[in-house]
Amino acid sequence: MTKGSVRFEGVTKHFDDVVALKPLDLDIAPGTLVTLLGPSGCGKTTTLRLVAGLESPTSGRIFIGDEDVTHLSATYRKVSMVFQSYALFPHMTVAENVGYGLTVKRVSKSELRPRVEEGLAMVGLEGFGDRLPSELSGGQQQRVAVARAIVLEPEVLLLDEPLSNLDAKLRRHVREEIREIQQRLNLTAIYVTHDQEEAMAVSDRIIVMKNAEIAQEGAPADLYERPNSAFIADFIGDANLLPVEVARSGETVDIVFDGRRLTLPTAFSTTGQANLVLRPHQLRLSHEASADSLPAEVSYAAYLGNQVQYTLDTALGEIFAVTVPDATPFRKGDTVHVGFDPVAARIVSI
Amino acid sequence: MKRVAVFWLVVGVIGWALLPWYLTQNGFWRFGWLTDMSGTNASALGAALHDKPWLWLPVLGFVGAALSLGLARTQLAMARGLFASGTAGLALLMGQALLIGTRFGLWEADNPGIGAGAFVTASALLFIATTGVSGLGKGRGDAFVTGLVGAIVALVAIFVFFPLTFILVRAFELKGGAGLGFSEFLPRFFSSTIWGIGCITGGGSCGPAVNSFLLGLSTAAGTTFMGLMFALIFTRTDFRAKKLLRVLTVLPIITPPFVIGLALILLFGRAGTITEFFSWAFGWEKTRWLYGFHGVWLAQMLSFTPIAFLVLIGVVEGVSPSMEEASQTLDANRWQTFRYISFPLMRPGLANAFLLGFIESIADFGNPLVLGGNFNVLSTEIYFAIVGTIADPAQAAILSITLLTFTLSAFLAQRFWVGKKNYATVTGKGDSGRHAALNPVLRWTAYLVALPWAFFTMVLYALILFGSFVKLWGYDHTFTFEHYLRGFKIVVRNGVHFTGAAWDSYFTTLTISAIAAPLTAAVGLATAYLLVRQKFTGKNAFEFSTMLSFAIPGTVIGVAYIMAFNFPPIELTGTGLILIIVFIFRNMPVGVRGGIAAMSQLDKSLDEASIMLGANSATTLRRVILPLMGPAILAALTYSFVRAITSVSAVIFLVSARHNMATSFIVGRVENGEYGIAIAYASVLIVTMLTVIIAMQLVIGRRTLRRADRVEAH
Ligand SMILES: Nc1ncnc2c1ncn2[C@@H]1O[C@H](COP(=O)(O)OP(=O)(O)O)[C@@H](O)[C@H]1O
Ligand SMILES: [Mg+2]
Repeated sequence: MTKGSVRFEGVTKHFDDVVALKPLDLDIAPGTLVTLLGPSGCGKTTTLRLVAGLESPTSGRIFIGDEDVTHLSATYRKVSMVFQSYALFPHMTVAENVGYGLTVKRVSKSELRPRVEEGLAMVGLEGFGDRLPSELSGGQQQRVAVARAIVLEPEVLLLDEPLSNLDAKLRRHVREEIREIQQRLNLTAIYVTHDQEEAMAVSDRIIVMKNAEIAQEGAPADLYERPNSAFIADFIGDANLLPVEVARSGETVDIVFDGRRLTLPTAFSTTGQANLVLRPHQLRLSHEASADSLPAEVSYAAYLGNQVQYTLDTALGEIFAVTVPDATPFRKGDTVHVGFDPVAARIVSI
Repeated sequence: MKRVAVFWLVVGVIGWALLPWYLTQNGFWRFGWLTDMSGTNASALGAALHDKPWLWLPVLGFVGAALSLGLARTQLAMARGLFASGTAGLALLMGQALLIGTRFGLWEADNPGIGAGAFVTASALLFIATTGVSGLGKGRGDAFVTGLVGAIVALVAIFVFFPLTFILVRAFELKGGAGLGFSEFLPRFFSSTIWGIGCITGGGSCGPAVNSFLLGLSTAAGTTFMGLMFALIFTRTDFRAKKLLRVLTVLPIITPPFVIGLALILLFGRAGTITEFFSWAFGWEKTRWLYGFHGVWLAQMLSFTPIAFLVLIGVVEGVSPSMEEASQTLDANRWQTFRYISFPLMRPGLANAFLLGFIESIADFGNPLVLGGNFNVLSTEIYFAIVGTIADPAQAAILSITLLTFTLSAFLAQRFWVGKKNYATVTGKGDSGRHAALNPVLRWTAYLVALPWAFFTMVLYALILFGSFVKLWGYDHTFTFEHYLRGFKIVVRNGVHFTGAAWDSYFTTLTISAIAAPLTAAVGLATAYLLVRQKFTGKNAFEFSTMLSFAIPGTVIGVAYIMAFNFPPIELTGTGLILIIVFIFRNMPVGVRGGIAAMSQLDKSLDEASIMLGANSATTLRRVILPLMGPAILAALTYSFVRAITSVSAVIFLVSARHNMATSFIVGRVENGEYGIAIAYASVLIVTMLTVIIAMQLVIGRRTLRRADRVEAH
């Protein structure tokens, strides 16, 4: 069965003249956690609100499970949402908040109580039912919001930047909890964030958006290892993008790089100008030149304890490199040779 | 969609087939129509079978709706069908009500005003249509939202726009009912009896239009200046008694409009204390200078300065302190900072206060009525054209149009010109810092102007109370309860008897205001909810029309109501209902504004969270929004209650022997020169309203306290 799946068919959304979403096709498998990732203003929240029914699409159709919900009002969709601001009702206790959805569905009192308690237990807040939201810490409020959303046993759980109001330390903890609950209940979840690390950490699949459309989608490792564009390469993990010419394309490619011809074991389909993707921590710095290395001058060096970061000037442009600290770090003004591992290098179009 | 539509279909059919269609002779709530269903008690079904076959027409709407519900294959088809049948039914219903057996009649029939049956039927048809609209995907597919929009549009159309058309018709009507045209309107409209400028050129007196206009300009300029002085003291100095200044802003709300005029008479009238003093000390002649432009202007200054103060506090506070600090770090001194930074930023706000003052002044009825003398202004002229010895409704209509032109122009200027340029409130974020202090000259000017004025205002209010306890002001200052006894005597003999002359109108006023207040708050807040929380086409026009009644002077509304609702199809004059309705639509803009302010502070995600948890928008409104708006609702309730009690301009046209209101009772006493009882009654009203306001404040305070208790318990 496809219970809990979410499907968009050519969905667009315009706010007057603003195009918030270009024609979008989505297919989200049941029981998976999918992240919408992208810079601010790219249409993530809009996509989420379309699933929720808080916005109606300008054109196209939306399915949840096998049902066409395009014109179904949010009230009747089996979808719950955790809001960025949590949106806890300040005049109700924690238990009343969590039980709200059941109350408006006229679930009997005798059934309500245990379900609310179960929901609170799920997020580790047993015994907090009588408090007001204002008497809880940010992290606890966040968990109440999650409990409130899941006691309704939704087919789809939506989370809009759920961690953005928490401090950095708490974030990792809470995102693990959310992931754990999602897997335990086998929920379909759509998770919006602009933080790529967070996305990599929780997702089964990531959909990267840019300018109101999908830039690339795939498993976290796919995106990191096989970026399809300079934008993705840079957005998912840092990357140095160096201009190169692709002389031969196919299963492996030949590139012309700083006047030298190199063969890389990576697939690419066209020839001509392209970008070489080099991850900062995959670079080797040494005093000696080698066949595939570039001469560079250190323009900035920062010691961070567990790593050393270098900004290097080369003939092909600026390169950012990260190394583990060793006994003789380079200093500003030193000349170094930057080498890279051809197996890890990737080519993307400009 | 289907369930809602079926519900309204059933309601509508019941309303059409069973409830009395017309106004029943003995009143709806006596239920005489349950046992005797003939004559005016007949339902539409009964009357249609008997002698009024045109009452079958609205049924076509129900038939269409039933067919759509039964036969439509798709949701969309059903929605279209419902919309079409609802609208068609409504059009047929209104058509027959307006065109058969009325003054516009196509043919003769003996139709009384419409009653409960017609009301229920029309509402049902309206909601069938709006439910259809929701099915077309409007208002996010929410039948409650589209229904609410439909209901408010219908109410505003019937009770604001419909009556106004009667004024237009009356003004353009040709003699002998020969249709409409300009030939009689133009000469009367532009006649010198309205626009005469004799007082300027020196050849006698001015017409009421010119008087109103000049008065409006003077009052607006004066109140804006005074208001600014008060606002500067309030926000830019370390003046000690700021709380006291705040009290000043509450006063006009609880003051019946002519009370200031009465107090001025006690001081400056022919027998006034100050007049007497100067006559005794310096042998000055006792004149009637108070009765005319100067007196009215003074009274209006006292009445409306607090309103300007209230508006300008916001404006002056809205100037971001960081801009003033920036100016000072750039080495500008205090005066330069005020002159080149603060003042220019306040200018749109000042223009706004000016226009509001202008509208208040020319719409004012109470002060000119008490102090006008031979100084005629539009609002009082309209009144005399209706109730004077020679009633001239056409003249009243023409004067109303003149007055309306002034207020609407000011209103439009305020909305589209000043409203757009308001940059005082733009910043909003991350503004800490302190407002620049005033330079000494400005500060002392403000103190010297505003503080004596505040003192003067206090004295006047004290006089009101004091004056109600003396026998005859200016002649016999012996202490007496006589005025209170005449008005509010209670005899306890074989039960309690309220024998005082004022009790009747006092109870009527309280009852009617108490009924109108929750309705006003409901309509106002519902409108605010739609404006803040919902998106729909035509929202701007919707907002504009709901705020429009703010720009319609009470006298004009009063005249419009007696012209529109004195005859079938809607016959309301002489009832308490018309008073309730007039209060609702006069005070609605205030409820809307308060609601908008309160609702904008509630994060929208709260509603959305509720919707996502499976609540519909009606439930969300009831369980989430309303509880969180508690204080705003109480404020709206208090305000509409108090406004209903103090209102006079529209009311004075609509009271009847059975439903007399306090203010019109007082005006009657004033016209007879019985100042004592008038002042005593006014004091009682002020005390009543103060009690209500303080009680409400306590309730609000208690609510927040309870929340705090709870916080501490853990
Ligand atoms: N209610 C709205 N009215 C007008 N424009 C909107 C509205 N909501 C979003 N937009 C616009 O749509 C675009 C996408 O917004 P959003 O989906 O909120 O982006 P994200 O969540 O990715 O930051 C933005 O350009 C935004 O300005
Ligand atoms: Mg967003």
